[in-house]
Amino acid sequence: MNSEQNNYAPKIRGIFSILIFIALWEFSIRLGWMPGNIFFPPFSEVIGEIWEMLFDDLLIDSYKSSFIRVIIGFLVGATSGVIIGIWMGWSQKVYDWTKPIISILYPIPALGWLPLLMLIIGINEVLPVVIIFICSFFPIVYNTVKGIKEVKPEFINAARLLGASDFVILKKVVIPQALPYIFIGLKLESGAAWRTVVAAEMIAIPTGIGALMMRAENLMRIDIILVCLIILSVMCLIFESFFSYLEHRMTGEWN
Amino acid sequence: MVNIKLKNINNFNCKDINLDIKDGEMMVLIGQTGAGKTTILNVISGLIPYEGSVYFNGKCMDNVSPAKRDVGYLFQSFALFPNLTVRENISFGLEVKDFDKNQINTRVDELTSLFGIEHIANRYPKGLSGGEKQRVAFARTLATNPKILLLDEPFSNLDPRTANILRNEMKNLQKELNITTVFVTHNQKEAFELADRVAVIKNGIIEQVSKPMDILFNPYTQSVHHLLGSPTILRCDEVKELDFGLAKVTCGSLSLVVINDGEPFDKVAILSYEIRLSKYPIDSVIPNKFKAKLVDVVAIGKSIVQLVVEIQNTKLTVELSKTNWNQLGIEVSENIYIAIPFGSIITSIK
Repeated sequence: MNSEQNNYAPKIRGIFSILIFIALWEFSIRLGWMPGNIFFPPFSEVIGEIWEMLFDDLLIDSYKSSFIRVIIGFLVGATSGVIIGIWMGWSQKVYDWTKPIISILYPIPALGWLPLLMLIIGINEVLPVVIIFICSFFPIVYNTVKGIKEVKPEFINAARLLGASDFVILKKVVIPQALPYIFIGLKLESGAAWRTVVAAEMIAIPTGIGALMMRAENLMRIDIILVCLIILSVMCLIFESFFSYLEHRMTGEWN
Repeated sequence: MVNIKLKNINNFNCKDINLDIKDGEMMVLIGQTGAGKTTILNVISGLIPYEGSVYFNGKCMDNVSPAKRDVGYLFQSFALFPNLTVRENISFGLEVKDFDKNQINTRVDELTSLFGIEHIANRYPKGLSGGEKQRVAFARTLATNPKILLLDEPFSNLDPRTANILRNEMKNLQKELNITTVFVTHNQKEAFELADRVAVIKNGIIEQVSKPMDILFNPYTQSVHHLLGSPTILRCDEVKELDFGLAKVTCGSLSLVVINDGEPFDKVAILSYEIRLSKYPIDSVIPNKFKAKLVDVVAIGKSIVQLVVEIQNTKLTVELSKTNWNQLGIEVSENIYIAIPFGSIITSIK
């Protein structure tokens, strides 16, 4: 009984903190505590707005644009990041050749590439996909390399002495043990992909959630901005939770 | 038979090693940390490059990959794959060698039953005790019926009780399977208990290869004697058999009770690190209690202090930890009480 209570307590506290936040938002505006409340709608109005906008083509189209960009950019970035990370982690030669380049490019924020890419690619659908690719690729490579290199040599030696080929060692011993590190990269970057796409759309791309927010700002439609922010938050959360779930499914039993 | 001739190993402190291991023999490599014991195992298994040659039954293994050398290697840390269950760990070697499913299942069942680990077969290594992990690792090593078994301090990560039980199990199994085994340890008692022959290694050089008793009673060099903790060797003037498998021996002025199964012997070795010291009379039910005098502090090392004590004109070398020495707080020529437990007296074979 006691341990059950302890298990639920953090969740209950979490739910309460959100409820308190919503209540403060709602009542501080309704009771006129917030300055400039004419622009800032209470929570209930924002929810109403979301409901209305769910049937509005503008929001759906914007969301769709952003979603497709994130999915394509992240899938390509994550897949290539994991593959190259495994290759770099496994082969010291590949690591020696590629590590300096990765080290130089890794610290540059994805949005830092934007002006250059605008000149090279132009403003079209490829631009945000490439930005998301860059945003996902480098951290996922980094984490994957770390995960592969963290596998103790004695596991590899043990597998080798039991007769396993390099391919079997990678498949059955090394990659599974690197999964917790690979998932750290995937979780963080799946959220970061959303944050980056919205920022890129605000600056350079005329469609998508970010662009919608900028248009709403021009029209002083705080409700639309808030709806977009909530969607952004929920999408980050869903993507990160998806990878947490996948990680748990793949490593939860033994890790 | 395994024959190893090594000239040099890059980056490792091992040179001019020449070692023959007979079929079915348990060869124990003993030496301090960093002496090169594990390096020799890695050479036999082909895990590291080396200059020299390794032969298994007359066949040169130098260009044979580790996977094809047919050696079983039990690592000090067990190296159980954490992402595979006990069953999957044991069957790993069989699966990669393309055994059929029925054969694999039969062999795994056989091994889990042999090692008494059927009840944990579907669990992952994470929650297992040290002893269970060791059994699983041993079962995995034996699964593919290797011709040579390499064991790298397999008991050093276990509590003494579990280690004792598993040591006996392993010894019996090794004799039963008659598998050529190279066992690495820094624990002398373990070496004496298990070995058919012992190879003493110091700084990458084999100093002596002999039967355990010879290492103790006839060390070739001073450093072998020193590595064994400079045991005191006493010639026995008289041996009188007592009941309960004990014998009373007189060595000069010293009289000791030792364990003896009736085999004749003429010398005893007293292991210096097993002797117990106290500032006050020792009260417990231990045989061989004496009042002695501390006559010399031979060496104070980083962690070990070597002393010489005198009991009725007989000098004994004693080794103890620095912490114990500091706690003892005793000066040269002061009196001290000592106890020599049964386990610390080893009798020679005549």
